[in-house]
Amino acid sequence: MKLVLRGGRLVDPSQKIDARRDILIENGKVRAVLKPKEKVSGAKEINVSGLVIAPGLIDIHTHLREPGYEYKETIATGALAAVYGGFTSIACMPNTDPVNDSASITEYIIRRGQSAGFARVYPIGAISKGSRGEELSEMASLVESGAVGFSDDGKPVMNADLMRRALEYVKGFDKPIISHCEDLNLTASGVMNESVVSTELGLPGVPSASEEVMVARDIILAGYTKSRIHLAHLSTRGSIELVRMAKERGVKVTCESCPHYFILTQDAVKQSGYDPDTKVNPPLRSEDDREAIIEALADGTIDVIASDHAPHNSAVKEVEFPVAASGISGLETSLALSLRLVREKRLSLSRLIELMSVNPARILGLNAGTLKPGSPADITVIDLEKKWKVSARNFKSLGKNTAFDGWALIGKAVMVFIDGREIKLE
Amino acid sequence: MKLSVKSLIGLKELSRQEIEFILDQSASFKEINYRPIKKVPTLRGKTIINLFIEPSTRTRTSFEIAGKRLSADVINFSAAQSSLTKGETLSDTARNLEAMKPDLIIVRSQSAGVPEMLSRTVSTPVINAGDGFHEHPTQGLLDLFTVKEHKKRVSGLNLLIVGDIRHSRVARSDIYGFSKLGADVTVVGPATMIPPGIEELGCKVSYQLDPLIPEADVIMMLRIQLERGSGNFFPSTREYSRFYGLNLKRLGRAKKDVLIMHPGPVNRGVELSPEVADSNFSVILDQVENGVAVRMALLYLFCGGADEASA
Amino acid sequence: MEKGRSGMSRTKKIMDAEAIRRALFRIAHEILERNKGVDDLVLIGIRRGGENIATRLAKIIKEIEGKPVPCGFMDITMYRDDLYHQSHQPEVHKTSVNFSVEGKVVVLVDDVLFTGRTIRAAMDAIIDLGRPRSVQLAVLIDRGHREFPIRPDFVGRNIPTARTDLIEVVVDPKGKEDRVDLIESEEAKGKE
Repeated sequence: MKLVLRGGRLVDPSQKIDARRDILIENGKVRAVLKPKEKVSGAKEINVSGLVIAPGLIDIHTHLREPGYEYKETIATGALAAVYGGFTSIACMPNTDPVNDSASITEYIIRRGQSAGFARVYPIGAISKGSRGEELSEMASLVESGAVGFSDDGKPVMNADLMRRALEYVKGFDKPIISHCEDLNLTASGVMNESVVSTELGLPGVPSASEEVMVARDIILAGYTKSRIHLAHLSTRGSIELVRMAKERGVKVTCESCPHYFILTQDAVKQSGYDPDTKVNPPLRSEDDREAIIEALADGTIDVIASDHAPHNSAVKEVEFPVAASGISGLETSLALSLRLVREKRLSLSRLIELMSVNPARILGLNAGTLKPGSPADITVIDLEKKWKVSARNFKSLGKNTAFDGWALIGKAVMVFIDGREIKLE
Repeated sequence: MKLSVKSLIGLKELSRQEIEFILDQSASFKEINYRPIKKVPTLRGKTIINLFIEPSTRTRTSFEIAGKRLSADVINFSAAQSSLTKGETLSDTARNLEAMKPDLIIVRSQSAGVPEMLSRTVSTPVINAGDGFHEHPTQGLLDLFTVKEHKKRVSGLNLLIVGDIRHSRVARSDIYGFSKLGADVTVVGPATMIPPGIEELGCKVSYQLDPLIPEADVIMMLRIQLERGSGNFFPSTREYSRFYGLNLKRLGRAKKDVLIMHPGPVNRGVELSPEVADSNFSVILDQVENGVAVRMALLYLFCGGADEASA
Repeated sequence: MEKGRSGMSRTKKIMDAEAIRRALFRIAHEILERNKGVDDLVLIGIRRGGENIATRLAKIIKEIEGKPVPCGFMDITMYRDDLYHQSHQPEVHKTSVNFSVEGKVVVLVDDVLFTGRTIRAAMDAIIDLGRPRSVQLAVLIDRGHREFPIRPDFVGRNIPTARTDLIEVVVDPKGKEDRVDLIESEEAKGKE
C-alpha cells in the first residue's frame, strides 16, 4: 500500500531538511522524500498542505501507572493520550506496583502497549531491585526483554556507590541510566521551591541545591566510570551550568527538561492560591531558572524535552497542597507548550524536533527520530496555527491534573502515523 | 466600615485602616466579658463551625467562648486527619460543610492554603485560625490589641520577634500587622530558623538577641517546636535558651516598661525562664483575655451583612 | 447625615439652644418630681444621640438637688433587630455603665423616639446588666410612627413628622451649638 503525504513542510533535522517536501510511505516504511508535486503512481494521497511533517515525536519520560495504579492511568489510556499529544513513541518509568525490575513485567508492559495499538511503549527498567536503592536489578535481562534504559525515577539513587556500579554495569549494553537528581535529606519536607515565595506562602521549601548536588555527583560518577548518563527533569540554572561545563569537558552526559519548567515559575503556586495542580517534583522554580532552561534548550545544553507525564486521580491530588501528590498530566499539552518557544523565537522548529524526536531516539537507541528513506514510517503531522483550549475534563489520559487547564494554546498534532498506519485524531 | 474581604485569610490582605477598625471594635466587645451576664444576642441563630484539622485546645476554646458570648451556635469539628487520610477531596469536605448552611467557618490546618481554598469553594465566610506556617491573623490582631492597650499606640514602637521564624505563622502575621501600623519589626533567631526573603514581608533580621534588647519596646517570644524532633535547626534546647531565651539577666538590660509576649503555650525554661513568664513585664495572660474580645469582634464583622456573596 | 432621595428638601428649625435648655430643665424637674429625688436613680444615655443629653440632665439634676446622680452610656448595636439587613455590620461603640442597675430606677435617655425599636433593644441590654426596679424613658423629641408598644415618660417636645422626614438633633455638653431641625423630603409632601 503506497501513501503520499502531499503539500506539507518537512522538518527533519536528521536529514537537515526544513522545506516543502512530500513523503512516500510503503509497507510501513518511508520509501522516499519527494519534491513537491513529484508524481507517484498507484498511491493514495493525503493532503497535508499548510502542515508540518516531522519524524514521530518521542516522549522519553512518562509514568503509565500500569501495573498497580490502573485507576490513575493504564498503558492503553496513556498510549492513547500520547498519540493525541502527537507522540508516536513513549518510554515509561518503572515506578509501578510491582516496580518494573524484572523481565516478566517488562514483557507485560510491551505486550499491553502492542495490544493497545496506539503509541509505541518502551519500558524503562529499574536501576535497583524494587527501586529500593540497595541492590542492582537484573539489568541485562531487562535489556534482553526490551527495556530501553534504567531509572529509579520518582526517587533518587541516594547511595553513590550503587549509582557508580550501575553506571559501570550498563557499559556492557549501552543503554542509558536516567537519573532523578534529588538529595532527599536536603529536600526534607519541602513541597515547593525554597524562596521568598515559599516563605510568604508558609510552605516548607526545597532548596535548588537538592537537585544540584546530585547533578554534580552523577556527572562526576559518569566521568569517573567513563559511562554515559541522562539526567531527568532538570529545573535550575545551577544544574544547567554543571551540565554545560561537564559537556565541555567531554563527560557523556545528556539531559532533559519539561514544559512546566520553561513555561511556569513558583509564582504559579501563589497565583493559583495553593492549587495542587502546580505541585511537581522537582518544584516549579524561579524566573531566573526558567530563563536558564530556555537558553539551554536553544544552545544544546539540554538535549530533550520530556513531559514527565504524571497522571493522578482526584483523591490524591485535590487535597491540601503539602500532602497532595506531585505531578502534571502532560502528554497532551507538551507539544503546544513547547511550540510557544518557537512562536516566541527562542527556538527554531528544527531545534524543537531535535529536542522532541531526534535526540530522544538517539539517547534510547531507538530506530526512530528520522524520516530517512528506509526508516519506519512514524510520522507526526502538526498544524502550527491550530488554536485550541486545554480542557482537562476531555483529556484522553485518565489523569486530569494539569496546571494548564483552560489555557488557550496554538499548535497541535492533527495526524499521527505509526508504521505507516494513520491514527486519526479528532 | 465595610471590609474589603469576605474571609479573613491573613493580615497581608488587610489595610491599616481595616486593622485599626477591627481593634477599635474589639475594645467594645471586650467590655461584655466583664459583665455578670456575659452574653449579647448579636449572633443569635447563627451557626459557626470550628473546623480544626490540626488539634488545638486553646485557640478553639477561645473561638468557642467568643461565639457563645454572642449567642451563636458553635459546632466543633475536630478532624485529626487530612483529607488525604480520609480519602475525601478538599472540595468535597468544603461542599459537605456548606450543605449544612453555616454562617461562618473557622478553620485551622497544618497545611498552608486550606482556608484560602475553602473560601474559594464555598460562599460561607472563612476565618483562618492558623494554616501551616502561613498566617494566624487572629493571633496577630490580639497581639496588636494587647500592645495598643498597654502602650496606647503601635506606631514607632520597636518589636522583636524571637524564635523559629521559619516555621511560625504567628511571626508572619505579626510582621504584617505591626509593620502596617508603623512599628519597627526585627526577627531574631539562629540563622537556620530565619527563612529566605523574610525581610520582604516588612522586617529586619538579626541572628543576635542581646544587642537588640535595650531598645526593644515589645519582645514577642515564639514557641520552639520541641515536638518537631527532626530537622537540624538547632543543636539543643540548652544552647537555644542560653542564646535566645529570655531570663531575668537579659530582661535587666531591657527598658523598664518593656512588654514580654508569647502566643502560648510557653516552654518554661526554653523561651522564657519561669521568673520572666511570671513577672510583671509579661502580658501573656492579657493576650489570652484579649483573644476572646478580638475574636468576638471578628465573628461579628465576618458573620454579617445581607449581601453574603460579596468577596 | 443623608440627604433626601430627591433633590428637594426643606429644613425647618424646630428648637434652638435656648429652647433645648429650657426643655432639659423641665425634664430634669419632672424626673425628680416623679421619683421624689435622686435616691436609687440612675441615668443611662443611649449612644450616640442620648449621650450628651444624659450628661446635661445629670448636670442639671446635680445643680437642683445638690447631689450627683450616676450617669452611664450604653451602646445597643449588639441588640438591634436589624443586623444582617444591611450590606455590612454597623459599627459598635463602647458601653460604659460603671455602676450596678440592680434595684435601681433606670432613666433611659435618648434624643429622638421614633419606631421604638431602639428602646426595645435598650431594655434587653439593661436586663443583661442586672435587674432594675423600674425603667423610665426620657426623650428630647417624640416624632411619632411607633412600631412597637413603647411610650416615653418624659418628653421635650412632640413633633408630627412624615415617615420619610429626618430629624437632626445636635446637643453638645456646653450647649452652645444645640439645635433640632426637621428635614422634610419632597416625596413625603405628595403622600400627605
